[in-house]
Amino acid sequence: MSPRPGFVLEVDRSTPPTLFWHGERFRLERLPEGSRVIYAPEPLEPLADPSAAIREALDSPLGGQAPLRTLLRPGMRLTIAFDDVSLPLPPMERPDIRQLVIEEVLDLAADAGVDDVELIVALALHRRMTEPELRHALGDRIYDAFAPNGLLSQHDAEDPDALVHLGCTDQGEEVEINRRAAESDLLVYVNINLVTMDGGHKSVATGLASYRSLRHHHNPETMRHSRSFMDQHRSELHSSNWRMGKLIAESGVNVFQIETTLNNDTFPSPFGFLQKREWEWGVRDRLGFLAASKVLDRTPAGTARQVFHRVRAPHRMTSVQAGEVEAVHARTTENVWRQQGVTVEGQTDILTMGLPYISPYNVNSILNPILVACLGLGYLFNLYRGRPLVREGGVLIMSHPTAWEFDPVHHPSYIDFFEEVLSQSTDPTVVAERFEASFATDPWYIHLYRTGHAYHGVHPFYMWYWCAHALDHLGAVIVVGGDPAAVHRLGFRAASTLTDALEMATDVVGRDPSLTHLHTPPLLMADVQ
Amino acid sequence: MKALVVERNVPRFAAARLASAFGSGRGAGIGPLRLLDATPPPVPGEGWHHLRPLLSGICGSDLATLDGRSSRSFEDLVSFPFVPGHEVVGVLDDGGTDRAGRVLAPGTRVVIEPVLGCAPRHITPPCAACGSGHTGLCANVAFGRLAPGLQTGFCADTGGGWSTAGLVAHASQIHPVPPSFTDEDAVMVEPTACAVHAALAGQVAPGDVVAVIGAGALGLLTVSALDHLVRPATRCTVVVGARHPHQRRTAEQLGADMVVDPDHLARAVRRSVGSLVLGGRLTGGADVVFDCVGSAESLSQALALVRPHGRVVMVGMPAKVDVDLAPLWQREVTLVGAYAYGIEQSAAPDGAERRTFDLALELVEQAGLGRLVSATYPLDRYEEALAHAGAAGRRGAVRVAFDLRHPKGRTR
Repeated sequence: MSPRPGFVLEVDRSTPPTLFWHGERFRLERLPEGSRVIYAPEPLEPLADPSAAIREALDSPLGGQAPLRTLLRPGMRLTIAFDDVSLPLPPMERPDIRQLVIEEVLDLAADAGVDDVELIVALALHRRMTEPELRHALGDRIYDAFAPNGLLSQHDAEDPDALVHLGCTDQGEEVEINRRAAESDLLVYVNINLVTMDGGHKSVATGLASYRSLRHHHNPETMRHSRSFMDQHRSELHSSNWRMGKLIAESGVNVFQIETTLNNDTFPSPFGFLQKREWEWGVRDRLGFLAASKVLDRTPAGTARQVFHRVRAPHRMTSVQAGEVEAVHARTTENVWRQQGVTVEGQTDILTMGLPYISPYNVNSILNPILVACLGLGYLFNLYRGRPLVREGGVLIMSHPTAWEFDPVHHPSYIDFFEEVLSQSTDPTVVAERFEASFATDPWYIHLYRTGHAYHGVHPFYMWYWCAHALDHLGAVIVVGGDPAAVHRLGFRAASTLTDALEMATDVVGRDPSLTHLHTPPLLMADVQ
Repeated sequence: MKALVVERNVPRFAAARLASAFGSGRGAGIGPLRLLDATPPPVPGEGWHHLRPLLSGICGSDLATLDGRSSRSFEDLVSFPFVPGHEVVGVLDDGGTDRAGRVLAPGTRVVIEPVLGCAPRHITPPCAACGSGHTGLCANVAFGRLAPGLQTGFCADTGGGWSTAGLVAHASQIHPVPPSFTDEDAVMVEPTACAVHAALAGQVAPGDVVAVIGAGALGLLTVSALDHLVRPATRCTVVVGARHPHQRRTAEQLGADMVVDPDHLARAVRRSVGSLVLGGRLTGGADVVFDCVGSAESLSQALALVRPHGRVVMVGMPAKVDVDLAPLWQREVTLVGAYAYGIEQSAAPDGAERRTFDLALELVEQAGLGRLVSATYPLDRYEEALAHAGAAGRRGAVRVAFDLRHPKGRTR
């Protein structure tokens, strides 16, 4: 039986309560009659033999690119860059998709007699990966072959010796990327395209870039003009990356792009109820939910977090594309849409969403309040094509504990951003003008980014800029069950219950508003008609 | 007439010290303080005047004394029994003269500069410190015509502000209060003078980053003094560690550039100066740190926050503390005390000298510091008053005072 497409349910008297993520907990909420609930399509059938599909893609590239084996020769410099720990979410069961792809590329390189091969984690300004994370992504065989010999590196956006300035785009955007990648005879980039934003020219132009380069598109103006940044054709974020990508190509950097898509089989069987629509829960799902809820309610938040971060997703590969960047990305985007697209008729006055424990920037860490904002207003709000799910001036209601809690190892500059910056202003433009430079050039943050496992000093700014479109668009943001102090610092309103939040929302959108619930994860993309 | 009197009673001091483990000021009922019938103290000599208190503040040094926690180094600098209360605004019912020799009419409101230096003690010639105007450093505080006592409020001969019987003040101690001042403004002049003296002792240079530890009354007043007297010439950045929400709000209102939780102060200073961190300690740090608490923890924090060759000013009254001074030695930090007041080198281009009290009078008016008086109590509710003062931060207060104007009932 083929998987069912996405579905928009209209809530009536017989509709059971709807599941909301609430950090490391769940809430069951009874939505008002007439509300809509958007469910993701069921997981697509995975490729039967992923390795064979990868080999086929490498041998039959898209966009006029020659087969990879013909691009490999003895004496050449080959660099393989790959996405970091921010993808996929949650981390997938072994073998990770990056391992499968890179093993095939390395086999071809070995067959061709290529000796000079290096692997680079395309971190951009993210934190460096730990050894266990690298082993998980690459497999022990690749890690042990490369890491001890210094052939596995993590992109360092603050090492002037490891960067090369390629020039400026016609819009004056500086393009500065990893020197090893730029000066290789061939750069193979291995993507995991969890959402439509991922991949394309953004892979190299962002993943291997420096702050000097990134600041041209990671800023409030760009994000305000990306509607949404999940829709490449209406995203200034992508336009900028595409301009940079073209300049990179014109500079002689030879990129062989490999993009992969996953199905949305996101949670393993103990959490199988998360994959199902509530009215279809069987006895096992109900028991699973009850058991999980009871245990989690009695478990300290830190312990529950550790439990969830050990979850490995049963994601399976649904497609792999290789070759020229733009041709590859166009096909990839179609495949992501095939898995995630849901047609939705019209906008809503109130959009509700439950936020889980994880975002791209807190794998094995804490979803701090800034990341809560980014996950809700940045990522989930932007999961649309056409128009936002919620109308202009509407209300976004998010459910999350939003504890005033930060990981000092991964997010040191976030702590100061929350204390020093958001206490003064929540306006992304003001924040950028007044504070960004001092955080971006702070020597301590740079030191921690380069030598520890810290996100770059400027990273919390980017998370806030990610919210810029939503902040402009929305009439109010209400957080259900959040720490009031932390929620207020974000500039949002705190409510104890969904009922309270809906009552508060009437101040903004009036009586009898329409309501839509984004039932995610698993991820979906709303095509708003 | 009544007065709160501190007697030399070792068992009661010991009991108060034990009780203070449950919170400063909690031992008032079993400590050395007692509410007694009182008569006005006799005038000790020429130039002395009777003063009827209106408001008298409860200072951290008062609490430390009553809790039995103050340093034993002060033992020879007080005389028993004494009536506490050195932050005083009162009325000269019979008139008098002020330190400038001006005649003050009966009913004139005044504040007193409580240091009992050579002039009130009728010692001539004065010691070097008093001769140069630095009366807070007087060498003769246990000599002359008066019983030993650093200040009014610690001397058996002068009485103190915690009394409806009044006290005596020497003309050299008397400052008339401007008519525009409320009594609350006036009672803040003495602690403000301490803060002014501290702020100027910091020797803040142009562009400096300054950290203030503690946002009780003294910390907040130091912030205000920095804002009005130091910042105009230096454009310094003032970062404050404040535990309680009202302290944070007040610090911001009084001119702090950044107010953070005390636990976050090191992060905020690091951000302000762009320092690195090594072993939990900043490699750089604030140019000047004002320790407005005076505990081992606060002094340790100050030494962790200050840059090499920086300056730590002890503003809060310390006692015996156990602190690792290795950073002070290795980083060549200057540790200075800031006690009381005297003469200050003005930050004005002409460098003119001003009395600390005169600067404080101006500052109180400019910054509206009378608002820091959060609660007042009559004398007979002294146990509540002291408990409130001891928990001022937690209870949303800054300065608690005795109200001698309305002997019955709490007025604020």
